Amino acid sequence: MRPRIETGHRRLERIALDPLARTTTSYYLFVLFLVAVVAWGFYAYVTQIRWGLVTTGMRDQVFWGIYMVNFVFFIGISHAGTLISAILRVTQASWRTPITRMAEMITVVAISIGALMPIIDMGRPERVWHMIAFGRFQSPLLWDIISITSYLTGSLVYLYLPAIPDLALMRDRLGRDASAIKRKIYTWLAVGWRNTPEQRHRLEKAIGIMAVTIIPIAVSVHTVVSYVFSMTLRPGWNSTVFGVYFVIGAIFSGIASLLIVMALFRKFYHLEEFITARHFRNLGYLMLVALLVYFYLTVGEYLTTGYKLEIEDKHLLELLLVGESAGWFWFFVVAGLVIPAVLIIVRRGPVIPRMLIAAVLVNAAMWVKRFLILVPSLQVPLMPFEFGAYRPTWVEWSITAAAFAAFILIFAIFAKVMPLISVWEVAEEMESAEHATLEAVERPSGTLEEAEGMGGSAAQRRLEETQS
Amino acid sequence: MPDKQDGKKLGRRQFLKWSAGAGLAAVLSSPFLPVLNPVKAANVPLPGPSHDTSHSNEGGDPKKVRAWTMVVDLKKCDGCVTIDAPPQCTQACIDGHFAPKGQEWIQIFGVDLPGGGQSFLPVPCYQCENAPCVNVCPVAATYHNEDGVVLIDHKRCIGCRMCMAACPYHRRFFNWAAPEVPPEAALAHYSPLYPVPAVKGTVIKCMFCAHFLRDGKLPYCVAGCPMKALYMGDRNEDIASNGVEVVQLSKFLDENDAFRWKEGLGTQPRVWYLPGHGQNFNRHASDPRPLKRPVWNWGGDGYNYQIEPLTWKRRPNETKD
Repeated sequence: MRPRIETGHRRLERIALDPLARTTTSYYLFVLFLVAVVAWGFYAYVTQIRWGLVTTGMRDQVFWGIYMVNFVFFIGISHAGTLISAILRVTQASWRTPITRMAEMITVVAISIGALMPIIDMGRPERVWHMIAFGRFQSPLLWDIISITSYLTGSLVYLYLPAIPDLALMRDRLGRDASAIKRKIYTWLAVGWRNTPEQRHRLEKAIGIMAVTIIPIAVSVHTVVSYVFSMTLRPGWNSTVFGVYFVIGAIFSGIASLLIVMALFRKFYHLEEFITARHFRNLGYLMLVALLVYFYLTVGEYLTTGYKLEIEDKHLLELLLVGESAGWFWFFVVAGLVIPAVLIIVRRGPVIPRMLIAAVLVNAAMWVKRFLILVPSLQVPLMPFEFGAYRPTWVEWSITAAAFAAFILIFAIFAKVMPLISVWEVAEEMESAEHATLEAVERPSGTLEEAEGMGGSAAQRRLEETQS
Repeated sequence: MPDKQDGKKLGRRQFLKWSAGAGLAAVLSSPFLPVLNPVKAANVPLPGPSHDTSHSNEGGDPKKVRAWTMVVDLKKCDGCVTIDAPPQCTQACIDGHFAPKGQEWIQIFGVDLPGGGQSFLPVPCYQCENAPCVNVCPVAATYHNEDGVVLIDHKRCIGCRMCMAACPYHRRFFNWAAPEVPPEAALAHYSPLYPVPAVKGTVIKCMFCAHFLRDGKLPYCVAGCPMKALYMGDRNEDIASNGVEVVQLSKFLDENDAFRWKEGLGTQPRVWYLPGHGQNFNRHASDPRPLKRPVWNWGGDGYNYQIEPLTWKRRPNETKD
């Protein structure tokens, strides 16, 4: 059996490190396109700085717009990393290993982009340091700053720690022609990793501590993001359930983002052998759980306010259910809840395209849902006057497009400096799977089939699933 | 000799320990400093002629704590429709503060009456005692001054608009662009009590003309009201005036069934209304004449223009930025 493990290991390394070694022209073209979009967004931002927020569609009544929608959206998808890598690690779900790296990357990139959004939204961005110099803990915005910076720091550490053995691997596999600076960086980042049992033990311990630490931080982040809204006396925002509602929504869209990222990288970087239908199926079920909870909370939110029908809530519900925003609201219900649920439950057709379609729909619908949480609440008049109106301008759309482009761009660059799957963890899992098979075979009473049923030959099963 | 050396060594080590400890303590405690000192951060005296000495000399004892309160007698408020003019309180406020176009710091709303008629409701900032806007400000740019007025320090405001989200009366405005103001606005000395000229990218609102009150002068709106429907007073001294009569505030409120807008929210506004629909000036509740819009004498089109991409020609406020 030994040689087979070695081959598998080598094959894993080859496939995982391939994107780092080889870069195609279409990659450069794609990056160039993304850079162009980001540059256009930068031009839009310069325009906004020059003239002020008058260049946006926001005005005194609807004074927050799609910048804040993006903020909630990006902070939301950042929960992918925590859920997959921390929760699944703590619960020791071994199937997570090939997708943890991507999940953690989503987290780090999404928080960074998301945290920029309120700064872009500020009237005086040059005074952002006032938040630290004169910060008041009574303000929900300061809670945001504290928990988001903690989350970013924690996620960076949590991305880095499990990457150390892989960085050491890259240090060792660098070709002779690799530049000195590249070698220096990888050597520095690998912090002298030699894969000794003691190092291994310490690393596992550190990762374990971080996994447990990061879960409450992640929950706190989206809770306080919701508090920015629910600490106010506005219809639709003045709600006690908002913390949970936002956390569940974040996990929901986080899983959807991870599914999209997985499907794309699987295709472009030929990771079919490691990211299999099983991962899509399992994540699909997790997404279904989040979907059902989110559906439950949505019904609860609108039923309780709609039953009592306070006048401002009445205005809001009319806007959402039958009025101006009704098209978007029912789009959210159908495309974000009904169709994805059907796609996950009705197991007909190949699983990966099904999950990809469901995930794309969920992410689009969740962006719309954040818009519906934000904007119609602000349109409702609080004094006896007319409803407000909001239509984002080209500046806002450009900056939004740039934010998404920057998200993909950082990802594309990440993929060139670090393996997209955690090589050492997958190798470890393969090894332990092989051992399980060996043990099962050696056991006199057991059969090979039984052993496979117990989750034995992972490699074999992967091959089967790749074909399906 | 060895002893001495040891002593020296110990001393240096001790020193290093001490300084490291002090540095660590400073670093660790720095995030908590705002907690220890939140109110002081807000009340740092600001430069500007209207803040302390120049205005408070005439107003008697500068140490006396005031509780400025406004009373609006709706029996006298006809929305200025009977004199066929825009609401004169709003107009006086705009002219006095060079309020950027579109901002009505005191605004008149038409309130539907049960029988199909309409009454008018002048709404300044309510200067709530339990002000939601003050609670949420992340940088203490908006705060209560010693007389209970909610002010904004436009040199500190970061323009996050959290206070606008918190205000349940929609009484805060944002300077979406460099404000269009007449040239004479440049002569004003800015202070949170008299935020003129308005600062781009910050939140602005009515501040009860706090720069006048300590001098014993009435706010622009109170002085500007031709019907004398607005009263300004001090709850601590239990007195209020509309410029022609002086009333005992507590009795005046009680005997005229005063109420506050959205009392149930618990924000405790400092503005009271006496119910009515302008009947003192023979305005009928069913009078169909609508409110007239106030005017901004210095032109411009407010914040209603939008900037299109890649148009390199000169734009309307090119020179003002």
